[in-house]
Amino acid sequence: MSEGKSVAPHVPNMGPDWQQYSVRPGDRRRDLWMGRLISAIAFSAIAAIILIFLFIGREAAPVITSSEVHQEVTVAKMIVPLETRPGKPKMYLWQPVSETPKYSLPPLLLGSLKATLVAILFAAPFAIGAAIYSSEFAPPRIREMIKPVIEMLAGIPSVVMGFFALMVLASVLKDTFGWKFRLNATNAGIALGIAIIPVIYTVAEGALRAVPRQIREAAQALGATPWATARRVILPAAAPGIFAGVMLGLGRAIGETMIVLMASGNAAIWSPHLTDSIRTMSATIAAELAEVVNGSAHYHVLFFIGALLFLLTFLVNSLGELYVGRLRRRLTGVSG
Amino acid sequence: MMADPAAVHVTTDQGAVSILSHRRFRFLRHVSPLPILTGFLTLCVVAMLVIVLWNIIAGGIGGLTWEFLTASPTEGMTKGGIFPAIFGTVFLVFLMTVFAIPVGVATAVFLRYYARPESKLARLVRVAVNNLAGVPSIVFGLFGLGFFIQFVGRGIDKAFYGGDLAFGQPAIIWASLTLAVLTLPVVIVTTEEAMRAIPRDYIEASYALGATRWQTIRHVVIPNSMTGILTGGILAVSRGAGEVAPIMFTGAAYYLPYLPAKLNDQFMELGYHVYVLSTQSPDVEKTLPLLYSTVLVLLLLTFALNALAVVIRMRLRLRQAG
Repeated sequence: MSEGKSVAPHVPNMGPDWQQYSVRPGDRRRDLWMGRLISAIAFSAIAAIILIFLFIGREAAPVITSSEVHQEVTVAKMIVPLETRPGKPKMYLWQPVSETPKYSLPPLLLGSLKATLVAILFAAPFAIGAAIYSSEFAPPRIREMIKPVIEMLAGIPSVVMGFFALMVLASVLKDTFGWKFRLNATNAGIALGIAIIPVIYTVAEGALRAVPRQIREAAQALGATPWATARRVILPAAAPGIFAGVMLGLGRAIGETMIVLMASGNAAIWSPHLTDSIRTMSATIAAELAEVVNGSAHYHVLFFIGALLFLLTFLVNSLGELYVGRLRRRLTGVSG
Repeated sequence: MMADPAAVHVTTDQGAVSILSHRRFRFLRHVSPLPILTGFLTLCVVAMLVIVLWNIIAGGIGGLTWEFLTASPTEGMTKGGIFPAIFGTVFLVFLMTVFAIPVGVATAVFLRYYARPESKLARLVRVAVNNLAGVPSIVFGLFGLGFFIQFVGRGIDKAFYGGDLAFGQPAIIWASLTLAVLTLPVVIVTTEEAMRAIPRDYIEASYALGATRWQTIRHVVIPNSMTGILTGGILAVSRGAGEVAPIMFTGAAYYLPYLPAKLNDQFMELGYHVYVLSTQSPDVEKTLPLLYSTVLVLLLLTFALNALAVVIRMRLRLRQAG
């Protein structure tokens, strides 16, 4: 006003700004094309899953179909024990670079199983305990402090965790328990367990928090203490969610590579002991693929293991998702 | 909402309800106070983090000099610095975000503003994103080798280089594309979360003014979810910088005397450098101080990025609340 040049307030501004934001014939066309482009790009997640499936399958298929690969290895030979020398007992052997290469999968499956088992047994109590504490008992101030701790734990790169397990944890465990091998299933499993605590915690805590407030308040209105409420009402209601968290943690543990590659000893031994070295499926791929000849039987076998790993984690994760869905239905069913 | 805190430790059963009492949890009736047990377990988790961090900080802080950050490795990587690895990591994650952010944001826009929420297509995209997030990182490595290098790279070589080896081999572009696929879910989920927080009024006001859907997205949705997109990008970078398995066969090099300059060059990377130094070094004792410092740099990098994402998110929440 004081500058004297101001436009009277009742005159609408019809300057260049108005033109920029109005709809011109070209804008309709652009809208259409951008819509198509965005919809097309949105398919890339679906495309990625399909391509992963196709291209790992393509490199793994010769193990089943190619007669050239069959001269060295067949699926049957990967499953049954192999004869080393006449008269000696048959054994499971993973010796891909020996004169007659041997590709027994059972020791690798057992290795993955052992590391995963230790990881879950180690991680689940801590993760679920912490989830119950922070959702039910912790004062708000402490609850606010637990979250960044879990996020930081989740932010530790797996190669750093592997380094810690290799250099520090292995020596501590060996000195404490007097094990024969520094690097073994338990050592790798514990490091793996620390790495999956955030996964289990996050899902379990989400499930506990998702229990509707009305249920909590109804229990307390009936005279239940917070601790009785947690034990009798919240925990049973959130059980599928907690189970889902454990499954998703399991999925992460099976596929995790760097920790087991660095901390497990990488020896494919067919043994039930948790203090022996192991060689997991993921670590086998990581350790051998770089040195293998493209298109050789060994190369295809490694992709075959990758395909197995893909299917295995897919199954476990789907099971976890199933239970997340079950939890949602249960909670909405109860509150409605 | 809660009873007074003193009641937490009361363990009597009187008045407890059993609307959902479950036989699987009946044993807890005999367990002494749950709050103390779970509190102790929480403390253990905190202790694990502190022990790991303390060990790495104490071991690595001494070697963290300016020279270490800016020099190349010397004497068979037992001395010198890690500059090539830092440079390679930054180059790698930069390329990765160039691929991952546009695709991730477009997918989030599609899910939120183009697809009907319960349509088959939207559900299919969501299932794919969920599954992608669960694929093990080593499988991404195999995918990168089988698809990007063997199929796309070889294809480019055949079409443009007369079959000479140019792109059909491990290179920074293939490693960053592999990582982009791996971090895509992070970008999609974070962006969509930010878009969900945009008030409906804004969108409706834009439509009421006669703007097209694309104009609304460009001038209302994207500017208003910029912080979310940024957060997603930072989280993706932090995730990507820590992943080693997907880049082992798609481009990371053991040692390189030069820095990557072209898209089909190989590169050194911090995480891979840690793996190489700690498992393939002829004299681990001698390289250990160097190794600790490298681990510390990697950890600081990922933590700084995560912290930045947390701060941005917090400010976003405060703004929405206020």
